[in-house]
Amino acid sequence: MHEFSYYAPRSLSEAIGLLATHGAKARPLCGGTDLIIQMRAGALRPTSIIDVKQIRELRRISFDGTTGLYLGAAVPCVEVYENAAVLGRYPGLADAARLIGSVQIRHRASLGGNLVNGSPAADSVPALIALGATALVAGPEDERTVPVEGFVVAPGRTVLRSGELLVGLQVPPPPPAKSSSAYLRFTPRNEMDIAVVGVGVALVMDGERCLKAQIALGAVGPTQIIAQEAAAYLTGRRLDQAALDHAGWLASRAATPIDDARGTAEFRRHIVSVLTRRALLAAADRARVN
Amino acid sequence: MTKELIEATINGEPVEFLCEPRQSLLEVLRDVLNLTGTKEGCLTGDCGACSVILDGRVVCSCLVLGVEVAGGAIETVEGLAEGTHLTELQQTFLEDAALQCGICTPGFLIAAKALLDSNPDPSETEVRYALAGNLCRCTGYDKIVRAVMDAAALMRQRQSSSSSAKQGREA
Amino acid sequence: MATNTIDSSSGYRVIGTRPIRPDGVDKVTGRAKYGADYALPGMLHGKVLRSPHAHARIKAIRFERALKLPGVKAVVTGKDLPEGENKSVPLGEMSVNPRYLGHNILARDKALYQGHAVAAVAAVGLHIAEQALELIEIEYELLPPVMTVDEAMANSAPILDPELRNEEQGDEPTNIAKHTQLKRGETEAGFKSAQTVVEREFRTAMVHQGYIEPHNALATYGSDGRATIYCSTQGPFEVRGMSAAVLGVPVGSIKVVPAEIGGGFGGKTTVYLEPLALLLAMKTGRPVKMVMTRAEVLRASGPTSGSHIKVKMGCARDGKITAACVWLAYEAGAFPGSPVAAAAMTVLAPYAIPNVLIDAYDVVVNRPKTAAYRAPGATNAAFAAETVIDELAERCGIDPLEMRILNGAREGTPHPAGPPYRRIGFIETCEAIKNSPHYRSELNGANRGRGVASGFWFNAGMQSAAMVNIHADGTASVVTGSPDIGGSRASCAMIAAEVLGLEAEEVRPVVTDTDAIGHTDVTGGSRVTFATGMAVFQAAEDAMRQLKERAAKLWECKPEEVEFRAGKFFAKGNPDAPITIKELAKRLPRTGGPVSGRATVNARGVGPAFATTCIDVEVDLDTGKVEILRCTVAQDAGRAIHPAYVEGQMQGGTAQGIGWALNEEYVYDAQGRMLNAGLLDYRMPTCPDLPMIETIIVEVPNPGHPLGVRGVGEVSIVPPPAAVANAIYRAVGVRLTELPMSPPRVLKAILTHSGQPSATAWS
Ligand code: FES
Ligand code: FES
Repeated sequence: MHEFSYYAPRSLSEAIGLLATHGAKARPLCGGTDLIIQMRAGALRPTSIIDVKQIRELRRISFDGTTGLYLGAAVPCVEVYENAAVLGRYPGLADAARLIGSVQIRHRASLGGNLVNGSPAADSVPALIALGATALVAGPEDERTVPVEGFVVAPGRTVLRSGELLVGLQVPPPPPAKSSSAYLRFTPRNEMDIAVVGVGVALVMDGERCLKAQIALGAVGPTQIIAQEAAAYLTGRRLDQAALDHAGWLASRAATPIDDARGTAEFRRHIVSVLTRRALLAAADRARVN
Repeated sequence: MTKELIEATINGEPVEFLCEPRQSLLEVLRDVLNLTGTKEGCLTGDCGACSVILDGRVVCSCLVLGVEVAGGAIETVEGLAEGTHLTELQQTFLEDAALQCGICTPGFLIAAKALLDSNPDPSETEVRYALAGNLCRCTGYDKIVRAVMDAAALMRQRQSSSSSAKQGREA
Repeated sequence: MATNTIDSSSGYRVIGTRPIRPDGVDKVTGRAKYGADYALPGMLHGKVLRSPHAHARIKAIRFERALKLPGVKAVVTGKDLPEGENKSVPLGEMSVNPRYLGHNILARDKALYQGHAVAAVAAVGLHIAEQALELIEIEYELLPPVMTVDEAMANSAPILDPELRNEEQGDEPTNIAKHTQLKRGETEAGFKSAQTVVEREFRTAMVHQGYIEPHNALATYGSDGRATIYCSTQGPFEVRGMSAAVLGVPVGSIKVVPAEIGGGFGGKTTVYLEPLALLLAMKTGRPVKMVMTRAEVLRASGPTSGSHIKVKMGCARDGKITAACVWLAYEAGAFPGSPVAAAAMTVLAPYAIPNVLIDAYDVVVNRPKTAAYRAPGATNAAFAAETVIDELAERCGIDPLEMRILNGAREGTPHPAGPPYRRIGFIETCEAIKNSPHYRSELNGANRGRGVASGFWFNAGMQSAAMVNIHADGTASVVTGSPDIGGSRASCAMIAAEVLGLEAEEVRPVVTDTDAIGHTDVTGGSRVTFATGMAVFQAAEDAMRQLKERAAKLWECKPEEVEFRAGKFFAKGNPDAPITIKELAKRLPRTGGPVSGRATVNARGVGPAFATTCIDVEVDLDTGKVEILRCTVAQDAGRAIHPAYVEGQMQGGTAQGIGWALNEEYVYDAQGRMLNAGLLDYRMPTCPDLPMIETIIVEVPNPGHPLGVRGVGEVSIVPPPAAVANAIYRAVGVRLTELPMSPPRVLKAILTHSGQPSATAWS
């Protein structure tokens, strides 16, 4: 591995200062489960590593009824899916956090890191998008919020400007009505795999009727895709087999997959329709008991 | 390259070591501290051979920088047994023939310990998922899963007999 | 756990029990020393620069800048190695081509696969060595890559090695290194008498052994010209011989110390880093350690061949197979030497078929040079033949196990490539599955199916040496030169304990270096418990003979009059009380000195191994994903010395076979670059991907071994891909003919079969 310096700031302002000083050559470190691999492979060569795990704002996880869930960018996956508020109110997010890597990885990897990586296959991103999450970004001049759906602009590239740091994620409170969420992915192995397709959905239900749906797709385009048409189609409908099938078909049309080592485009498009159907069913089941 | 002086606790003992920021915890354990029981299989977090427990959590030491563990507590395979007294897990791995080449064994013992520390009575499925980050190419996992379940049973037995002994004393 | 052993009526005291393995405590405490765990004072770290291209001419190498980097001590390239002879030279009972071997260690004028070593560096630290690699400039001229046997065999194919010739094509340059043909009877007539004929074509992907421990080597070289190599290898004597051949130094100048080995499965029977580490040590005069990364292991060690196979088989109305034609083309990798000849000899070996024609082609392609992988060549071929037999059985309305029993090889059946079999246990493995709780259970549920398949492996004999030393307290040590990859130390200790009347725990097994024991061939071919076990048995008998002589001396009788029974020495008519080995051991100094039994063997009497496997699957019709629900394997072990480790071999091989069946494959892009060179994307089964693997040890003693032992290490990998394919067929009605049977492939087959291409995907 190449040489670099290591900093472990204890406050946000200190971290922002370090990022400002080191500019594009600096890289924040959360769990390191992706960054260290990329550095070892020579794909990334930052000369300064800013370990942000000791900053309070990045390690906090909290829920309140008006603002919803706050998730520090460096909170490891286990703390996400073991959190009672997440389990109860954002099960789709718990699904995603539980699927990332292995237990070993989930003790280090964070959803913030998952997002900042900009991987089209990141498991937590479709789940966050479906739930309408926003990213809180701090920079040398100011702070800003960016909807998660617009955060990744290309594979490996995000809206973060040089000197900016992802501080946390804010997920709005779920509507008071019967609502729920789910995230499903397809992988050839049962665990320890990268999504060939990932589908996050959030539903608001009125009995068997869908009041509102949101569907986000992962690993089937350069960035995550919102299956707008499918979601719109479901609004006001009963989620019967025909509706699910049609929504799946619409979602698969929204996908723009490519062939790569992990799967072919045609396979992925097919799986989008299957998983969309299954994820909608799973979320609807959960909403029923909510 | 400048090295940093790091203080940490390894297997209960305070340890100081010098390392470059680019050295992983795995490298520090093996090459700096001579604790070669923790193994390297991939350096990408995919095999679990390098598993250690860091501040109570099982992690891949190949994906942790040495400098990140300042002030931390690390448990490695070398710290499992107390003197010559093997833990139940080590014992059942031997009795159930849960190792062949043994290169994956330290990682499995650590991951299994982490599991049983938090879940003393796991189902077979729970065991399998908890060990998903540890690859074994020799055994087909059958005997490993059995060894972990057997160790869990032994540990529960010990716990209940020690707590009933305690109750006995208290009564 | 109950032992599932059939026919075990051994009457042995130690053999067949399950003592704790002698190396166990070291391995559960982290004390066991594997190759990468060695370090020496003043040690340098070596790294290899590898070709990013699959096929390229190396025009120039410039490494001056690398040499100038502080801490860099040496850089070597192909020019630093002598040119080896281009012919096969014997090495033990194997043979190697020194030219090919040397060119694989460091490329000369051409890089022949992505990952081919082009230069190596030694530096004072690992990270400095890595940095130095970036400072080496190589000028390549790109050549078109040839990635599959079909491409390589085409008339206009680019040629990998302009000097390569085969006997049939005369002086024409070719990528076909060798064509082998096996023939018996008249297949044309055989097919005429058939009532049902099935003809199918198959493809299988290149796969890797996937041992968890990467290759490693640590070499030292002294001013006296003596070298020592510490490494994790299946064959220390092969490492010695091959390193000597590559470097052009005398064999006797190298000592190889085998470290603990973290899996091999055939992949650690050759050399990659060992000669390089030694070359760098010779250049610098300092110890040099080298360890591969996982990407290097996948790209540049020796996986096993992908293949293209055609099978045509016919049977009479009653199910008797009348004729079979098999066409096999195997990827050798960048240099000749795929296991296709073994494939030809194994593909029909479980069956008595009167008319057979087998053609086998060894083909070079721009992929890493293949190495052995557990029953090399047999699994690909069995995937083809065993699915065709399944189809024949189905068409004839015969149970697939009955079909195998009906046609199965027995004692006296001629092997397709050799003499008739002695006593073998193929039928017994089929019967064992037939009578198993698994096969007799009902499989309910949608999209579920049960498949069976069988496999054959020769097993190997070859050379082994052993010493048995009696200690002063009457315990013993067993010294061999066979690295232990699956528990063979335990079985060697048990064999000696059996002969000496000791407990297994009283015998300490030692695997020693190449100077300390007679030549011992590779740990491979499932030969250690068989051949090294035979040497141990004889060495223990030699020690026993000497012990009897000592007792005779004590009692002033003839050695023939001394008997050893129930752990005690007696002599007929001797008034003294019988004595134990422990008591006798104390008297050794006064009866002639230490007792050390020795034996060397070039083992004959190898007993082939058969396995039959039953697998239940559930197929997800929407995604093509196959879940393994249940799995039982029956295997003839001859005699199970340590049943737990026999089961372990059966389970491990089965798991590898399932991985091969479902998801493992080398994926390349059009330029010949491997796209999945890591353990996340090279998908070996993880713990949640497998069920418990039930085992039935069948014991049909091998008449060629004093204890009845057959090799047990390999054959279990052979049946699973075919068993899974047959199970998928029974679950969803489609026959898969390509490995791996990954979700996209299975889904496509299902959708094509149902004639309703997916609403979204296949329109
Ligand atoms: S070496 Fe760390 S996970 Fe493989
Ligand atoms: S025992 Fe060899 S990899 Fe697990």
